[in-house]
Amino acid sequence: MRITLNVWRQKNTNAAGAMKRYEVPNVSPDMSFLEMLDVLNEDLLEKKDADGPVTFEHDCREGICGSCGFMINGVAHGGHERTTVCQLHMRHFKDGDDVVLEPWRANAFPVLRDLMVDRAAFDRIIASGGYVSVSTGSAPDGNAIAIRKLDSDLAMDNAQCIGCGACVAACPNASASLFTSAKIAHLGHLPQGQPERLERAKKMVDQMNNELFGSCTNIGECEAVCPKGIRLESIAMMNRDYARASFMERPSTGEVGFG
Amino acid sequence: MELNSRVPSGDITTRWTRTKFDMKLVNPANKRKHSVIVVGSGLAGAAAAATMGELGYNVKCFCFQDSPRRAHSIAAQGGINAAKNYQNDGDSIYRLFYDTVKGGDFRARESNVYRLAEISVNIIDQCVAQGVPFAREYGGTLSNRSFGGAQVSRTFYARGQTGQQLLLGAYQALERQIEAGRVQMLARREMLDLVNIDGQARGIVCRNLTTGAIESYAADVVVLATGGYGNVFYLSTNAKGSNVTATWRAHKRGALFGNPCFTQIHPTCIPVSGDYQSKLTLMSESLRNDGRIWVPLKAGDKRKAADIPESERDYYLERMYPAFGNLVPRDIASRAAKKMCDEGRGVGESGFGVYLDFSESIQRLGADKIRERYGNLFEMYDRITGEDPYKLPMRIYPAVHYTMGGLWVDYQLMTTVPGLFCLGEANFSDHGANRLGASALMQGLADGYFIAPACVGNYLASTKFQPVDTSHSAFKDAEANVTGLTKRMLNASAKRTVTSFHRDLGKLMWEYCGMARNEKGLKLAIGKIDALREEFWDSVNVPGTGDELNQSLENAGRVADLIELGSLMCRDALAREESCGGHYREEHQTPEGEALRDDENYAFVSAWQWEGEKKAQSLVKEPLTFDYVKPSQRSYK
Ligand SMILES: Cc1cc2nc3c(=O)[nH]c(=O)nc-3n(C[C@H](O)[C@H](O)[C@H](O)COP(=O)(O)OP(=O)(O)OC[C@H]3O[C@@H](n4cnc5c(N)ncnc54)[C@H](O)[C@@H]3O)c2cc1C
Ligand code: SF4
Ligand code: FES
Repeated sequence: MRITLNVWRQKNTNAAGAMKRYEVPNVSPDMSFLEMLDVLNEDLLEKKDADGPVTFEHDCREGICGSCGFMINGVAHGGHERTTVCQLHMRHFKDGDDVVLEPWRANAFPVLRDLMVDRAAFDRIIASGGYVSVSTGSAPDGNAIAIRKLDSDLAMDNAQCIGCGACVAACPNASASLFTSAKIAHLGHLPQGQPERLERAKKMVDQMNNELFGSCTNIGECEAVCPKGIRLESIAMMNRDYARASFMERPSTGEVGFG
Repeated sequence: MELNSRVPSGDITTRWTRTKFDMKLVNPANKRKHSVIVVGSGLAGAAAAATMGELGYNVKCFCFQDSPRRAHSIAAQGGINAAKNYQNDGDSIYRLFYDTVKGGDFRARESNVYRLAEISVNIIDQCVAQGVPFAREYGGTLSNRSFGGAQVSRTFYARGQTGQQLLLGAYQALERQIEAGRVQMLARREMLDLVNIDGQARGIVCRNLTTGAIESYAADVVVLATGGYGNVFYLSTNAKGSNVTATWRAHKRGALFGNPCFTQIHPTCIPVSGDYQSKLTLMSESLRNDGRIWVPLKAGDKRKAADIPESERDYYLERMYPAFGNLVPRDIASRAAKKMCDEGRGVGESGFGVYLDFSESIQRLGADKIRERYGNLFEMYDRITGEDPYKLPMRIYPAVHYTMGGLWVDYQLMTTVPGLFCLGEANFSDHGANRLGASALMQGLADGYFIAPACVGNYLASTKFQPVDTSHSAFKDAEANVTGLTKRMLNASAKRTVTSFHRDLGKLMWEYCGMARNEKGLKLAIGKIDALREEFWDSVNVPGTGDELNQSLENAGRVADLIELGSLMCRDALAREESCGGHYREEHQTPEGEALRDDENYAFVSAWQWEGEKKAQSLVKEPLTFDYVKPSQRSYK
């Protein structure tokens, strides 16, 4: 089949960008979306196209590393349930389709080139408190603390977040709440996460607010596009923990001597 | 050159404890003054950087992705081994040690393997404490499953995303140290050269992948944890970015490369569907616990699976290896699949596939139970192939998955360059000629959390360091080397794309240095690869400039190194006149077609020394001795 692509081309963060149109003839339904872009890029290279091949981020191509992601016809990752762009296959498109590709749009995610953005703000949110403070060597036996299967499963549901940023891109406010809450809920469901639970919520939410993300107004677009099925309930859990942490308003013991 | 493996002697069960006791310690007040570079943020690199940060060293960590959380370790599905014996099924450190030495077909060091098995139990504790959500039983204890080739249940897992959860644990520990100011993270940096001063590794030169700037970093120690080189085959289960550049450039600066030809071909991957194919997807080996592998009995049988009656199916693994059946080690399962397809009994359009059939276990256990165990894998298969494995048998075929070879390291994980350490899949150690399932994650974390921090400390405490900074002429030389290579690629005649070279290399490697190898093919491949190299530098098409974000340029540098590596792999395979583990020389097989080892002449590690551009590397041997596990012909019948 033949696909027409309208792709956002932007040389670097400071350059102006523009949409460019490309034809990809001979697309096989068994190709992945990124393989279709590979074919386009080989063609652009051979033709010595002035803009060069289209830059997009990718690595595992198995839906797990979280590298890939852009808007396909205005929907993050293209809108197939639990599917990242790299796992999307061309059998979901038809001959003659006209497809628009744009990078994640969010102030906190500056465009680096074409469809590639900078998501370092996510790392800074994790660094602010998204962990259990346990150093190597100081762990008790793995079975020392029994964990209810249900809690362990809930933790795992949230731990599956791949940090792709689709939730931010889909949110009209560009909020990072779904991402941030996934980590808070992952650790918050486990006994290991309890000692720092409130402090963690406080630090991570404050960090999120310090980045250029917008605030959450419960629209739910994030949940709809999340390839890993992270649920809005996690945001509710984050808000509860944050409220409790703020309510207690005591100096966090963790800050004394930390670092 | 003589290799000193620094393997301790005496009782194997106390070798690591005694080694640690004999190590020099760095005074806590001095730790901050020592700078450590860690290249790589996968399980091995992130664990090492975080732990050395916790210990108080001044650490810089590098990766080429945008975030340390995206390292290729994230993709590991099946699980991680540990000799916890929580299932009371007869497991022990000694049994894990024994299984690993045997599984590796007697081409690994006993001392290293024992240490790995010993540390495995600490890894699980550490990960649980970090909040890794391993699978649990209703009673709240940790679950285990048995995994490829093991007769005990010692594999810990987190659904089908074990690597992801372990890496996120290490990543979070790393971010904690970044926040504390003890680790500086430099993402989107690609190490392109190693800098040695006075015979010691003292720094690296990187390209900043966002701006194109060439940057130098100095330190007292350089640790490489840069993963495997399976992408030398172009198609593999590795992430697209996985490459050999860091270790290859270190090889050119004096680090010997160990057992380059030892690669692992994984038996259960989704078959190739067309020329555009960019990578292969693994279907976790855990599927072999409940799936039965078969092909039609008759060659050329093109009927649909459902139309082939039981009596005309050949469950060939169960037939050939009754004791282990579908759970034989990877190398054996892969070769058997190739054999079936070579006999014309392969399935699917291309004929390069065999069935992995769940109908019987679905009948026995119910679809829900199967969904609980493998739901996400079944979904992934469906998403990629458009076929529903609850209704049709999966089609699978072997694909390149893991590289046992890598930089040669001694017992303390140091390469032949003093001050240059190598961890995880990037080094050659521990798995011999074949890696057992769920043992790479174990090794990466053992190296990163426990072994490297101790050994690096020992090196720092026992070595004298001259102060150096990046204005040293050795840094300037390395920068000039890197800039020169970039220029050559940008200025070549632009006739062929990087990917087209990479595809050609992959085809040669798969054909001649893949599941079966022979003298004639290897010699042919060496000639063709060397010619490909010439052509690459003459005519590669790299657009744009070096001063911008340029993915074609990044990829070109990686492919250039993979081409050189490919040639060395073929030379290594040619020199090893025996079959062992994943290395199968057709000239050396038993009458039944099994791998035939030659312990008398080939019980050694091949370590290759760089002799200069366009010169053949020379071979240095490290003899292997087996005091505990007596070499025997592996038998899974
Ligand atoms: C699909 C798949 C499934 C697997 N499943 C399992 C399993 O179930 N159990 C198991 O035990 N093993 C499994 N493995 C193997 C295992 O995942 C890997 O061997 C292991 O994760 C490697 O970890 P690592 O830390 O050595 O390297 P990686 O995780 O590959 O990390 C390499 C790091 O080095 C960086 N890097 C590389 N080159 C450079 C450079 N030049 N400059 C800067 N940075 C650089 C990268 O950015 C990255 O951070 C699987 C592998 C694959 C492919
Ligand atoms: S919450 Fe979902 S959409 Fe957001 S980063 Fe995580 S996986 Fe991606
Ligand atoms: S490339 Fe890794 S999730 Fe898509």
